[in-house]
Amino acid sequence: MGKICKFALEINKQSFVIKKIVILQTDINHLFEKNNKMDEKHKPTELEDVVIRFAGDSGDGMQLIGTLFSDASAHYGNDIATFPDYPAEIRAPQGTVGGVSGFTVHFGHTEVNTPGDYADLLVAMNPASLKASVKYLKPGTTIIIDIDAFTDKNLKKAGYKTSDPFKEDGLEDYNIIPVKITSLTREALKDLNLDNKAVTRSKNMFVLGMVDFMFSRPLDYTIQFFEKKFAGKPIIIEANEKALKAGFNFAESSHAIFSFKVAPAKIESGRYRNINGNTATAWGFLTAAQKAGLELFCGSYPITPATDILQELSKRRDLGVKTFQAEDEIAGISTSIGASFAGDLAITTTSGPGLALKTEAAGLAVITELPLVIVDVQRGGPSTGLPTKTEQGDLFQALYGRNGESSLAVIAALGPADAFHTAIEASRIALEHMTPVIMLTDSYIANGTQPFRIPDLDTIPEIKPPIVTEPPYQPYERIDKEKMIRGWAKVGIPGLQHRLGSLEKMAVTGTVSYVPENHERMVKERQAKVDAIANDIPEQKVEGNHDAEILIIGWGSTYGHIRRAANQLKREGIDVAYTQFKYINPLPKNTGEILKKYKQSVVFELNMGQFANYLRMKYPGFDPLQYNKVQGLPFTVQEIVDHIKSLLKK
Amino acid sequence: MATTITKENLYKKVNLKPTEYKSDQEVRWCPGCGDHAIYNAILKTWSELGIPKEKIAVISGIGCSSRFPYYVDVYGFHTIHGRAGAISSGFKTARPDMSVWQITGDGDGLAIGGNHLIHECRRNIDLNIILFNNEIYGLTKGQYSPTSRFGQITKTSPYGTIERPFNVGQLVLGANGSFFARTIDAYIKESVEVYKAAEYHKGTSVVEVLQNCVIYNNGAHAEITNKETRKERQIWLKHGEPMIFGENNDKGLILENERLKVVKIGENGITEKDILVHDAKTDNLGLHLMLATMSYPEYPIAMGVIRDVSRPTYDELMEKQIDEIRQKSKIKTVQDLLNSGNTWEIK
Repeated sequence: MGKICKFALEINKQSFVIKKIVILQTDINHLFEKNNKMDEKHKPTELEDVVIRFAGDSGDGMQLIGTLFSDASAHYGNDIATFPDYPAEIRAPQGTVGGVSGFTVHFGHTEVNTPGDYADLLVAMNPASLKASVKYLKPGTTIIIDIDAFTDKNLKKAGYKTSDPFKEDGLEDYNIIPVKITSLTREALKDLNLDNKAVTRSKNMFVLGMVDFMFSRPLDYTIQFFEKKFAGKPIIIEANEKALKAGFNFAESSHAIFSFKVAPAKIESGRYRNINGNTATAWGFLTAAQKAGLELFCGSYPITPATDILQELSKRRDLGVKTFQAEDEIAGISTSIGASFAGDLAITTTSGPGLALKTEAAGLAVITELPLVIVDVQRGGPSTGLPTKTEQGDLFQALYGRNGESSLAVIAALGPADAFHTAIEASRIALEHMTPVIMLTDSYIANGTQPFRIPDLDTIPEIKPPIVTEPPYQPYERIDKEKMIRGWAKVGIPGLQHRLGSLEKMAVTGTVSYVPENHERMVKERQAKVDAIANDIPEQKVEGNHDAEILIIGWGSTYGHIRRAANQLKREGIDVAYTQFKYINPLPKNTGEILKKYKQSVVFELNMGQFANYLRMKYPGFDPLQYNKVQGLPFTVQEIVDHIKSLLKK
Repeated sequence: MATTITKENLYKKVNLKPTEYKSDQEVRWCPGCGDHAIYNAILKTWSELGIPKEKIAVISGIGCSSRFPYYVDVYGFHTIHGRAGAISSGFKTARPDMSVWQITGDGDGLAIGGNHLIHECRRNIDLNIILFNNEIYGLTKGQYSPTSRFGQITKTSPYGTIERPFNVGQLVLGANGSFFARTIDAYIKESVEVYKAAEYHKGTSVVEVLQNCVIYNNGAHAEITNKETRKERQIWLKHGEPMIFGENNDKGLILENERLKVVKIGENGITEKDILVHDAKTDNLGLHLMLATMSYPEYPIAMGVIRDVSRPTYDELMEKQIDEIRQKSKIKTVQDLLNSGNTWEIK
């Protein structure tokens, strides 16, 4: 204890917020020290927000209990954000660091924005999970381990050289709670005559029971889940319920474990559900199709981390969705272009390497001016890169990855729940402006979850594509001079037959043309059409203190981290302005004005500076500082805070 | 919604002359190119079938043949190299009521687009694929293609190719295609019958057209199509009829030792009764494969409809599945979906 207090004092000098965290930690640890005072148990300590990391072998069911705990917290009224991280291999070698599957949940009674940088509580099911999680821990925090799994063999598998992993990893001052999770689960289920495998499989529920006790979560929610999920298998329901309750009761009667309370957050009223970015994206497209009065077609090829969007949409035959699992990425986009020609809201979903393959066909959609949304769920690149990890490295590919002058719209989702609205917006731009749109999300958005306020769809505006239903029709006549769009002929209508194609077309009539001046005209018309989208999108907003000296710039999925960092800085008395870009091409019209205003600007992005360079090119003379990270991981709030402080010191 | 689209209710027949299907664009294939004849045969087919112009879509890739859509007054789409198959598949799935014609060549359809072709066959999407096979790359001016003969001298094989060619029929049947036919560019009457059969067939119909490129591969099919010898070197197959050919209609095919054999009627006690009767409708691939791969000089080349097997189409199954799931599901609207499952109220 003494060491932790000393550590806290040292940190206190540096920042108020870190002090808060450490005090929170010392509070927890303080309570553990007074572990014989039973009355403390019945008065749970109130906490602002908590980050829990569940870590185990990929077969240990960590994702499931993480999700169940998050859902229960959301039900209770906390704001939450979660992030699963699991190996690219389906069944990575058991007991090794590479095979660890983790799930982080951040819940609080204020806005949480991110899944949290560092955990207040770690549950480690084996030595490998401990080893893989060390870098995600707050100093001195609480670690519950399954001591049954800490055998010499497992320690060796995890790469520990001695039998004291805590000493090896410098965790001696941490609050380690060893629990015989495997044997206690076995004990709890001994009357059920289950085989060994089924018993071991229930130990995650024992863990969930313990954590439910620690954070004062009632068990009904989880038990209802068992009843639904395992309907018709009473023995499985019973086993899970028994393990869950055993964990809860064990924690309650243990003198080492205390309970805490995180009061509900002040959240806008309404009906909510928890949603990840891929599901939100899929549902956004369903909504857009309904709002446009069109059928939804999704031609796609499975690729991590985008596959879930195709999977989610393929469930939706009940809403008339046509999903087409194509033979390759190229066929994915090509079938969608065919469906767009046929009059559907057509989308295709992919990740970086797949976007590279779709490049030529995207150019076809550009020259034929057909509406199409291409979703790129970015992952670490180049090439196969880091399939399950997050990155913002495809920005230039989205903007420029085609032959010729082939501008198209690019838009980025700001978070898991925002992906719903971004998918609608991408569809609106594609359909109303007759252009392909690339929607960028990333692995962090795709798999991360957030509470999602369920909108009343009647309040979402209609989408009005320029569908032509009767002759006369000229395929390349700009029927709206402001938007510079051509009309979209309905298929199957007498007199509307026309020809589209990948060869350059004569303006207005659309016949093949090699006339030099016509090519230049058409290139300019297509560019003007994309540029005109700027008249039809909201102005860029600045948040935080508009009069601050420093402007933090971000785009896409880093919004939550930047926002939380700005709030943290404000609490520490440091004013910053921040602005997060969703519309990348075209940029909002007031972007230049914003960029001019601040003495210092710094672009935070998960690549080597693509957006910063894009802004430099678009606004000559604007030369921002950069903060870049390419580790396949999101930013931590702390590194943003620290970097801003270091800039202000200079 | 629940109505199944059949060939019968796909469109109301109209009365148009072949020329009325032409667009106002000047046809720009080389004089003497086999494409002109194919074009005329297809216009004639549409006219005879009475398909309304607005119910036809012609989708092509890249290559000489792929300029086709510009010359017809229907919904036309000249796409990118190799992708006509995928784009047609998406189009037909979205609009199963349209009559979709995919125009491709041996380069577009078998090299860069080969992957899409086999998957179209596998899925059995209701498309008519007209593959112009001139055994050369014409538009890029004379490089060998996946159907060029072994040893053929071309611009990229000045010492002769060292690649074995695809047999289109073998490829289609290997992918378990439900329809394969072969015809010759200049044979308008026979071709119209073949194209009609392709349109009548529910599913992916692949028609290989032996097409002559006058500039880069003139006479590629001459040994089969020469006026003097063609009756000896072609056998026009008709479902339910004996496999007879020859100048005097006195030659036929029989099975001997599990192989096809050319025999002469009247010799060695062979009568017309011994000759095989063509069954294009059988699902059994064996004989179809033997017929499709017959090559000169051992055999005549099989022409006409070699395989025409009935099975449900992808586009039809898609519509059916949507109808069924719609009726069963509790989710009737997007709002139902958003409200389904695990939700909670914040007041």
